[in-house]
Amino acid sequence: MTRDEAFFQFLLRMGDNTLILGHRVSEWCGHAPVLEEDIALANTALDLIGQTQMWLGLAGEVQGEGKSADDLAFLRDVWDFRNALLCEMPNGDFGQTIMRQFLFDAWHSIMLGRLMTSSDERVAAIAAKASKEVAYHLERSGDTVVGLGDGTDESHQRMQDALDYLYPYVGELFASDDVDAEMAAAGIAPDPSGLREEYDALVGRVLDEATLTLPKSRFAHKGGRTGQMHTEHLGHLLTQMQWLQRAYPGASW
Amino acid sequence: MPQPSVEQVWEWLDAVPDPEIPVISVVDLGIVREVEWQDDMLVVSVTPTYSGCPATSVISMDIETALRDHGVDKIKLQTRIAPAWTTDWLSEKGRARLEEYGIAPPQAAGGPEKCPHCGSKAVEKVSQFGSTPCKAHWRCKDCLEPFDYFKCI
Repeated sequence: MTRDEAFFQFLLRMGDNTLILGHRVSEWCGHAPVLEEDIALANTALDLIGQTQMWLGLAGEVQGEGKSADDLAFLRDVWDFRNALLCEMPNGDFGQTIMRQFLFDAWHSIMLGRLMTSSDERVAAIAAKASKEVAYHLERSGDTVVGLGDGTDESHQRMQDALDYLYPYVGELFASDDVDAEMAAAGIAPDPSGLREEYDALVGRVLDEATLTLPKSRFAHKGGRTGQMHTEHLGHLLTQMQWLQRAYPGASW
Repeated sequence: MPQPSVEQVWEWLDAVPDPEIPVISVVDLGIVREVEWQDDMLVVSVTPTYSGCPATSVISMDIETALRDHGVDKIKLQTRIAPAWTTDWLSEKGRARLEEYGIAPPQAAGGPEKCPHCGSKAVEKVSQFGSTPCKAHWRCKDCLEPFDYFKCI
């Protein structure tokens, strides 16, 4: 694997995370429990999709085959996606959506913080821009996890169920492979395993306040960020996200 | 036509309204970072506010249309993402106009200083997000009116 090949994979991982999660969150548009939450979710989705344009735009540049961010988003199939499995998990109820967002935001904010000092100035610039938006996402998802976790008996139970269901998808965010080793050696991105301690501290603090209990098992489902095996949910998501290009190949405004 | 000065171009751009908040201009918003002539080509560098803000492409089109209306034909719009846009770049004129319009201007403290309608300091946050990516939703506890707060980033 050359450095550019590894760099391309790394950029797909960043861009596919924000693309797939952004699409998932956008599925709430018009359906959230109250208007304010609907607006908040739609804005979060918008930020994530905006960040996708930057990551996948750069991925196309590094790949050097003349592909745009749109080409990469709409003309690849499941096996080519490199998002972490957590991002493709279904929305479930509102609590599950918020828990997934919090578990992702916590990782995202720490990762972007490190990427701001990347040796590649394009990566550093995207990270600096995105981290301002993600600080907001984290503030909101963290507050909402506390509000619902330490809320009524029912909201508490739903948040605990969401945490139990989603936590096995957290470990993948910190699994390192050859791509990560190459990126770390080039000073482009940190080795993800080095972010775990900070993540555990941040998540632990919020979950404590939310009176929620972290599952004991560190078992982790893997395969999303390497593309080896996605869950069955991603294919369904893509049929919706990509339907226009599938029905009318090459359609444009 | 003689080449208009860079100052003249800034003045023209200061008349291009933000499509979402038309009381302030794209210059007030601080997203026009640089204007320069490269031979006979006018290069305008624009920094987007939020990465997914749908107004960004409309703003670029409005800037181009305004410059063409003033007779500039060769225009290049450049997107510049670093340094990232910050609300520190809002002009004083822009901040005052936001407030008159009913949008509380950004404050380093992280929340509005006062209600833009009645001036009361008894305000509370409803949601971190509002009607556009750049705003949050607040309400006044005295006049009871809801209002937008321009988020400080």
